[in-house]
Amino acid sequence: MNISKKEYAKLADSYSAPSKLYITIPKAFVSGGIICCIGQFFMDIYTMLGNDTDTASAYTSITLVLISALLTGFGQYERIAKHAGAGTLVPITGFANAVVSPALEFKTEGLVLGTGAKMFVIAGPVIVYGIAAAFVYGLILFVISLFGG
Amino acid sequence: MQYLWAFLVGGALCAIGQVLIDLTKLTPARILVSYVVAGVILGAIGVYQPLVDFAGAGASVPLTGFGNLLAKGMRKAVEEDGFLGIFTGGFTACAAGVAAAVIFGLAVALIFRRTDRTRQE
Repeated sequence: MNISKKEYAKLADSYSAPSKLYITIPKAFVSGGIICCIGQFFMDIYTMLGNDTDTASAYTSITLVLISALLTGFGQYERIAKHAGAGTLVPITGFANAVVSPALEFKTEGLVLGTGAKMFVIAGPVIVYGIAAAFVYGLILFVISLFGG
Repeated sequence: MQYLWAFLVGGALCAIGQVLIDLTKLTPARILVSYVVAGVILGAIGVYQPLVDFAGAGASVPLTGFGNLLAKGMRKAVEEDGFLGIFTGGFTACAAGVAAAVIFGLAVALIFRRTDRTRQE
């Protein structure tokens, strides 16, 4: 095939993931909204079973993480994520996928340095900075409490 | 009604993430880190919990909700345990979600085989 660089760039662009904002943003909005509604559905079930809000919320997270892990195992989460973009990244299912996907992907490098280590390639930074931010907040609260806050 | 708000607020939080991906070229890892830290800050200054009370899972399922949970757990830990709480609060708060991801991740890695090589980059 004889095409110029410019034509090639145009062709390559058309095959790469859609980056048009008027397509990607509504897709992320709808898919993220649906995942949150699924979460709300589990919230309601766990609340109905007699749990308080915090407990129901924790069980909801665990349930969503389990569903995401299974979908990742079957290779389906990535298929959905290709269309949903941030809609499947931002919910806790995206965090779960970021743990499970490399755990499975790097199994070939062994269960310790492959699965065990690569599991935290994205989750690690999230935990590090989440804990650090919470630590700073805790420190401020403690100092305030010293002065009789 | 609760489902409508969950959909709208959760969708909006994801749409913001998509704007960041498309316009700033932030990698998914940076987006997740930003969301959690933003959640901690919003939780600390007390504006995120009202959103959770209002939108339910729409605010608690996105990773900002995870950050809010960290701030909430830290507040409780410092109240109850004082100085030690600064060290125990964070991990206690996120224990359920992180442990679930680790355990299910390990289980999936042991049981499944990667058949499809296409991955979201």
